Amino acid sequence: MRTDWLAHSILCAGVLLFALPVWLALAGSTQPADVIARGEWSLVPDLHGLGIYADVLRNGGPGVTPLWRMLLVSFGMALAIALGKIAISVLSAYAVAFFRWPGRRLAFWVIFLTLMLPVEVRIIPTYSVMAGLGLINSFTGLTLPLVASATATLLFRQVFLAVPDELMEAARMDGAGPWRFLRDILLPVSAPNLAALFVILFVYGWNQYLWPLLVATDPRLDTVVIGIVKMIGSEVQTEWNRVMAAAVLALLPPVAVVLLMQRWFVKGLAEGDK
Amino acid sequence: MERRTIFPGRLLPVLLAAPQIALTAVFFLWPAGQAMWFSAARQDAFGLRTEFVGFENFSDLLADPLYRDSAGRTAVFCVLVAALSMGVALLLAVFADREIRGRAAYRTLLIWPYAIAPAVAAVLWILVLHPQVGLLGRWLNRHGIAWDYRLRDAQAMSVVVLASAWKQVSYDFIFFLAGLQAIPRTVTEAARMDGARGWRRFRTITLPLLAPTVLFLLVVNLVYAAFDTFGTVQALTGGGPGKATETLVVKVYRDGVVNLDLGSSSAQSVLLMGAVIALTALQFRVLGRRSAD
Repeated sequence: MRTDWLAHSILCAGVLLFALPVWLALAGSTQPADVIARGEWSLVPDLHGLGIYADVLRNGGPGVTPLWRMLLVSFGMALAIALGKIAISVLSAYAVAFFRWPGRRLAFWVIFLTLMLPVEVRIIPTYSVMAGLGLINSFTGLTLPLVASATATLLFRQVFLAVPDELMEAARMDGAGPWRFLRDILLPVSAPNLAALFVILFVYGWNQYLWPLLVATDPRLDTVVIGIVKMIGSEVQTEWNRVMAAAVLALLPPVAVVLLMQRWFVKGLAEGDK
Repeated sequence: MERRTIFPGRLLPVLLAAPQIALTAVFFLWPAGQAMWFSAARQDAFGLRTEFVGFENFSDLLADPLYRDSAGRTAVFCVLVAALSMGVALLLAVFADREIRGRAAYRTLLIWPYAIAPAVAAVLWILVLHPQVGLLGRWLNRHGIAWDYRLRDAQAMSVVVLASAWKQVSYDFIFFLAGLQAIPRTVTEAARMDGARGWRRFRTITLPLLAPTVLFLLVVNLVYAAFDTFGTVQALTGGGPGKATETLVVKVYRDGVVNLDLGSSSAQSVLLMGAVIALTALQFRVLGRRSAD
């Protein structure tokens, strides 16, 4: 086969466009802060400077807590949101798809409505509700409001409706009740969707910015995304090498999750329509 | 669509749906209701008295040139971000769909930026574009171009557009590639037989077949640019210089959280909800058409 030079050069340019800024952060993080501030840093990482990673993990930077702490908060938040959303969405989709009960339609529409109300459009009232419930500056306040999910419920409903009736009839013939059917048949059958959704929701939780900014002013609840923006806040004395190291550490976990579960993720995203 | 076989029982399903409904009611419906109430009220300067003013907050808002500027700015911003990210993603997807060596590797290397947080994307671009620190920013200044996106309006806008679009390319790429792969090879082969080549084949065969994906992504990108770029803007310019990059969401944040103007901020929230409802309705029409294909 003839080599398609045009395709290779365009795709390589695309790969570079994505990789270059991250490479810059990696190279810059290993160089002294004052050299970077003067703009005299190079594209080649200085391997002797790798100690900065241990340093920011242990000590953080000006105005922020140690990075290990922020990474832990981010990790807890992403995990709680992803698993919480999946759990309550599976249950409510199961109720909507496999049962008939009064108020079923109303419940479905109430859930559907939330699709239209992202945090960004209801900043102040949501804050005042949180304050009324005493959830400001708590891990619960950080995660619980983001756990309700219309998208995940709609997706699982779609998946559950596509399960053949014969499968359920057979299960009931064998004497399986609702719980056993869910656990032994429905969840294993939907495993690829669960995996794909986990990736999408983990990334969603990890990348939150506006919500933690509003609801958690206690530095001990800073996520790593919040921390980085704080670190560049004071332009005068920004320690750029720390910022760059923090940026690299902040993007590694979600990127790792996407790459490790790439196969399911791409399938789930493109098939499930978001 | 309904299932033929169902489980009996009424209490169990209510219990199953209860957690989702409870969270939705407490964290979505209640605040949304409050937003509507606040938007029709006005507090005096000391926050002691609240009076009902009807639609006054809305009419003030719509008459406010600052609000109109912000709305227009947001529209321009959204269109630029959507056009840039979708254009680049489509170009990459078309070539990644060709039968070339290393296809799988290219795909992986183009998909991972999906995971980068908007605010982190902004920080990465600061390293490129900062007038003193950034490699490209410094290069521009050395070559006689006065580059400082923290001082110049148009430069600030181009920087937030660039960083926002960059982060969205991977998402669009995944969908375009899936859309291209869904086009039957026989169709493109037939076009090839008929002598349609390169650009013409793309324009007359591929693009029309890809139209549903384009429409779907257009809505998703507009919603992304309007609502998910708060972190990007906040980290890069904070909405400045002045109000040069103050999108509607940044304005709600500034007016509500920073300036504590409850009535106006709530009225803005209600208008944004209206916009999201319109875009969601549009999305479902598009999706409906998509699944009908």
